[in-house]
Amino acid sequence: MLELKRTPFHERTSRLSLPQNWRRWAGYIVVGSYDLVLDREYWAIRDAAALIDITPLMKYIIEGPDAAKLLHRMTPRDVLKMAVGQVFYTGWCDDDGKMLDDGTISRLSETKFRLTSAEPSLRWLSMNAVGMDVTVTEVTDQVGALSLQGPKSRTILNRCCSKSLDKLKFFRLMETKLAGVPVTISRTGYTGDLGYEIWMPAEKALTVWDALMEAGKDYGIVPCGILAMDMARVEAGLFMIDVDYTATNHAWIAGQKSTPFEMGLGWTVALDKPGYFVGRRALEREHKQGSAWKLVGLEIDWQGLEQLYASVGLPPQIPGMAMRGSLPVMYEGEQVGYASTSTWSPVLKKYIALAHVQRPYFEPGTRLHMEVTVEHHRLHAPGTVVKLPFYEPEWKKK
Amino acid sequence: MAANQYDAIVIGAGHNGLIAASYLARAGKKVVILERREIVGGAAMTEEIFPGYRFTEFSYVVSLLRPEIIRDLELPKHGLKILPLPSTVTPMDNGDYLGSWDDHDLTRQEVYRHSPKDAEAYDEYSRVMARAAKAIKPIISMVPPDPSSLSPRDLLGMLKIGKYARSLSEKELYRIAKLVTQSSADLLDEWFEFDPLKGTKSASGIIGTFLGPRSPGTAYVLLHHYMGEIDGAFRAWGFAKNGTGGVSAAIASSARALGVEIRTNAAVEKVIVKGGRAAGVALQNGDELRAKIVLSAADPKRTFLQFVESKHLPDDFTQAIRSFRVRGSSGKVNIALNALPDFTCLPGEGALHRGAISISPSMDYIERAYDEAKYGQFAKNPYIDMIIPSMIDRDMAPPGHHVMSCFVQYAPYDIEGGWDDAKRDAFGETVISTIEKYAPNIRQCIVGKQVITPKDIERIAGITGGNIFHGELLLHQLFFFRPAPQWADFRTPLPGYYFGAAGAHPGGGVMGAAGKLAAEAVLKDQE
Repeated sequence: MLELKRTPFHERTSRLSLPQNWRRWAGYIVVGSYDLVLDREYWAIRDAAALIDITPLMKYIIEGPDAAKLLHRMTPRDVLKMAVGQVFYTGWCDDDGKMLDDGTISRLSETKFRLTSAEPSLRWLSMNAVGMDVTVTEVTDQVGALSLQGPKSRTILNRCCSKSLDKLKFFRLMETKLAGVPVTISRTGYTGDLGYEIWMPAEKALTVWDALMEAGKDYGIVPCGILAMDMARVEAGLFMIDVDYTATNHAWIAGQKSTPFEMGLGWTVALDKPGYFVGRRALEREHKQGSAWKLVGLEIDWQGLEQLYASVGLPPQIPGMAMRGSLPVMYEGEQVGYASTSTWSPVLKKYIALAHVQRPYFEPGTRLHMEVTVEHHRLHAPGTVVKLPFYEPEWKKK
Repeated sequence: MAANQYDAIVIGAGHNGLIAASYLARAGKKVVILERREIVGGAAMTEEIFPGYRFTEFSYVVSLLRPEIIRDLELPKHGLKILPLPSTVTPMDNGDYLGSWDDHDLTRQEVYRHSPKDAEAYDEYSRVMARAAKAIKPIISMVPPDPSSLSPRDLLGMLKIGKYARSLSEKELYRIAKLVTQSSADLLDEWFEFDPLKGTKSASGIIGTFLGPRSPGTAYVLLHHYMGEIDGAFRAWGFAKNGTGGVSAAIASSARALGVEIRTNAAVEKVIVKGGRAAGVALQNGDELRAKIVLSAADPKRTFLQFVESKHLPDDFTQAIRSFRVRGSSGKVNIALNALPDFTCLPGEGALHRGAISISPSMDYIERAYDEAKYGQFAKNPYIDMIIPSMIDRDMAPPGHHVMSCFVQYAPYDIEGGWDDAKRDAFGETVISTIEKYAPNIRQCIVGKQVITPKDIERIAGITGGNIFHGELLLHQLFFFRPAPQWADFRTPLPGYYFGAAGAHPGGGVMGAAGKLAAEAVLKDQE
């Protein structure tokens, strides 16, 4: 009654987590990290394979003759053009073009889709489905989900799946059996590396977990919590709802809202697609006039940072995990934005941040400063606006 | 200064009177506060009716006590602690329950169990109501201007409202207009499908009113409850240590420290008027006290129809006060228990006992209860809001024993044939047998019981009509209508006579705003 939900992997994950640092995620508790420090989990993502429990993602099955029509109307992407077996990443908006949520759409068949979202979306889906021949069913608790991320993920899956994944392209999905369990595998993830997400009936979750751990044993598979994933997703330039943007229905004031263009999702807004979609008019206007804000990458100059610390006799101090506190971003002494997540990037050996920056300061190459607290004093470290992602290995899409 | 000569006299040592007196004393005034009873607190009072069992006799929770009052009067130093009251559980007729906890995820999970649709609507509803409350709060927080007046103060006030209204988006304005005119049933039907959820939500729209969930205007009262939500973690919602009497005791202690003289057993006979101004107060025992300022924290009827001779007030004003509706609609049953009641829906001791337990299975249930009250009967199946203070503050009852506070609606003041002991007993029995349906062992646990009808509220706490808000929270009795048109700024037609209690803006609930604002009006006029 007074317990948060546990994922179907809890029996395994709870035994493996050394610090027992549970984190809340959409009404579930999930492991923050398995090790006392994040290095091994992080490097599994970047060099071997990390197994991450992502069950708390909200999942909906949208089925019926009008299923495509519903998603075409609700999101800015051209869902009518989507092939069976294809996966789209997209945000979706209210009619003012402000982002409500973001997630993936998987076309499971001509008339059946799976939508993942961060926030409960049943109400919004139903409101948009009025008059359509479509049913929406929430399957969050019924479908277990694991993310296997890292350069070795394909090799491991090939060892335990009935079909080879070699032909599975980036943002496509396939049906197969894993240790005899029928699963859907999509080549998707939240790390910017080679990786897959495995969708299975919740009651078979432990079988799949065990098979993956066994198959990955000699390939460096490591169970990985959401704290290490949080570092990887910043490197990949992927943002998080209510951390890097405020869902429009959570916002108290207009200034807290963001549009897909501002979030760097212009590529998902198919203004050339036929018909009305929610937010279309506002997004057309913004497209024409240009955006006032943009989410960009900010790379802090290590030398500049070193100097700030050196002035008090210290070497640079960067926390070894992603930080969600908002940090002011300055241009020649004036605040022109804020960083919403910042992290040390172990692979790039850089201090990086996702930052909301006002026009015209969001162009790549612009020199900005970001607040750092050096020995209790707030100072500003120099940095440069860069294109996202910060890190994209060549094998990600190969 | 001579004996019985003061700068200001405050009538009624309820929490508003005590707060007004404290603020006046804080500004350097010599203040006396007069209380009819032998104890202070008014309706915010804790009494040991049975030895060892302390009842929060009338008002039983603190919801909107203004944080600035807590700070200004240093109430924590004087013993004020507001303890958390984290949940509401509605037992259902089928043996299940609906819970709402102090955690968003847990509440969502619980509502989802009954209706996935409502679980999502609940989130959105809460956000929409919180935003509407935020939009309307600045208006509620101001001294209501008189829209018919051309005085600079009133014009400025109207200008402030107008300017503020223009700063709201059209969406927000329409939403507020709708909330102000709708019934809570219409509002909740728009959002939800699950009956116990709608019943429980609608209950907060009818507390202290003589209305049912289908009466227009009740949606606004729901909104009123979200005002506290905006303050988030900073709000003062909960159960006061030592009951609401603990709040009064803290304010009284602060008042004394500020130099306020508190006189109990000092019932007021009349306000003395000299040269068309309030000049003091005559007590029923014949004593006379002098002051240029008299501030009443009694209810509007007593303040204007009893304490002041009608010749000193304009007719249209007394007429407005006469027609001010103060129909009491609720009663209390306070119970001393030798064990915890065991609820069928959640057996054993648990979280349910630490929060509110609401008998509100559906809106129809509450509307039917109202139907009976409309025609002069107490509800045979009443809405009951229970808390077990001894589970929150262990000093309320002997170890292992408990006290339970049951707020009951509807019990009309004007019951057919009038209230008598037999009717009071029958009312108490109805409440016990209603609770018994959900907690079958309740009867065996009872070691003492106090049944309070609106007539008793009037008799003991001195509130005319026994209305817990000193006057119903009806749209035509709020803001610049409270207590009478043109006199919502805590001043009265009698110069030197001020009014600051629940019958004034912004209304009831252990809020203290009226007392503070009235004291500020006095001080402003002194400048």
